[in-house]
Amino acid sequence: MAHFEFDMPVTEAQIREVRVNDTVTLNQTLYGIRDATQIHMFDKGRKTRFDLRGHAVVHTAPNVKWVGETEAHPSGYEPICIGTTTSARMERFTRPLMEQYGVRIIIGKGGLFAASQSAFKDIGGIYLAIVGGAAALETTWIEQIEEVDLDDLNPESLWKFRIKGFGPLLVAMDSHGGNLYTEVNKVARDNRAEVLAALGVKSTKSA
Amino acid sequence: MKIDLQQVEDASKEIYIRALKLLPPDIKAGFKRLDATETNATGKAILGTMIRNITVAEANTNLLCQDTGIPIYNVVIGANVVFDGYQLKQAITKGCARATKEHPLRSSVVHPTTRQNEHTSCGRGVPVINIDFSDKPDELSIEMIPKGSGSEFNSWLKMALPADGIDAIKTFVIDCVLEAGGKTCPPTIVGVGVGGTADLCVHLSKVAATRPLGVACTDPEGAKLEKELSAVVNKLGVGPQGLGGDSTSFAVHVETAATHITLNPVAVNMQCHSARRSRATFTPQGLSYGF
Repeated sequence: MAHFEFDMPVTEAQIREVRVNDTVTLNQTLYGIRDATQIHMFDKGRKTRFDLRGHAVVHTAPNVKWVGETEAHPSGYEPICIGTTTSARMERFTRPLMEQYGVRIIIGKGGLFAASQSAFKDIGGIYLAIVGGAAALETTWIEQIEEVDLDDLNPESLWKFRIKGFGPLLVAMDSHGGNLYTEVNKVARDNRAEVLAALGVKSTKSA
Repeated sequence: MKIDLQQVEDASKEIYIRALKLLPPDIKAGFKRLDATETNATGKAILGTMIRNITVAEANTNLLCQDTGIPIYNVVIGANVVFDGYQLKQAITKGCARATKEHPLRSSVVHPTTRQNEHTSCGRGVPVINIDFSDKPDELSIEMIPKGSGSEFNSWLKMALPADGIDAIKTFVIDCVLEAGGKTCPPTIVGVGVGGTADLCVHLSKVAATRPLGVACTDPEGAKLEKELSAVVNKLGVGPQGLGGDSTSFAVHVETAATHITLNPVAVNMQCHSARRSRATFTPQGLSYGF
């Protein structure tokens, strides 16, 4: 289990080195993206001006405060609380994010599924599991909101964060078919019969 | 006992913000209990991060989680409490919107079809305001629950058959926990509604999911069922964040209601590990805040 420090952006070769159960800490730049952002980018034909090639995106919609554009807050937004949402709803956007925009890392909670797994394998990408609900801590890893795009979707805008020591995050899906969620899910489903027997349930077919 | 509605508005603002920042003591104790028994290294590390986050939120007076949730206010009214009910609901809604604007908080509430966000955390039918009555004559209690979407997204109802009995209920609960995996931000409180009508059953599952840890169901049969389910749910191995371990849930809570002879309804609603609640209590002695 290795640890990687990535100064964003990264190359495909860097991503291919990483395996599940490794840990990664990110520095410099991170983009925030969510349901509405991607619905607009991939279903409604809108484009972002940001260059996402080799970058990481985190599934988020932050709490921010409008303070006006200053040197300390170039986007005009001060971060209040920035955390991570459940990734599962955004499964179908992984491949287009990677193919059309060159994204290499997705950070989220709860994991993604087979379509994302194959995109990671084909193009070279990884999924990093952050601890959901630990947003007060996550916020301390974010130095500044540098820029914002598609801000009519606020809070589901496309956010550009300047980050320092963002992690360590657990590699939960890698570019070689490794997936911690499916491993755990298999173990849990294998335990189902025993748990139902302990509850005195006679038939173990699905209710 | 007359209620000052301006004070209700102010308190409704205050308890939304307090709920987002201060985790109730029973949940903190629940973390301590799970942390002491977790045997999986990844699970233990994740619990450690969650516990650290509680400390960071308190130290920085920041929100525990970015998800400000769907705001729910549970109002419980004593016999001697006097107020205009319509205006009380208005006052709570205004307090909720003020918390969002003045803190500020992310408004997580949109119109269901236009997806328009008014940036007030309010909208048609939201905040959810539940009204009930108590046997404490000189007390008005308002509990605030910001219900996060990670856990709310995973909600289920099954109108099972009477012939399938309690086995159908138990199997359904276990299968919901498996299907939820890491999506509900485990360790969770698994809320189970049993009986009633379809809507009452779902409501009971929410009441169960948001009930404080350590408080048992008042129906002895419900208490027996939740004890049985709580004893085995952590043997599944889903673990914190669905990444494996013993700490899948703090507890399974059950709430029951009588049902029709033809029905055997069961609903599951979960509360995530950021199991946030806060409370304002109005008595003749004044207003106090707690959980």
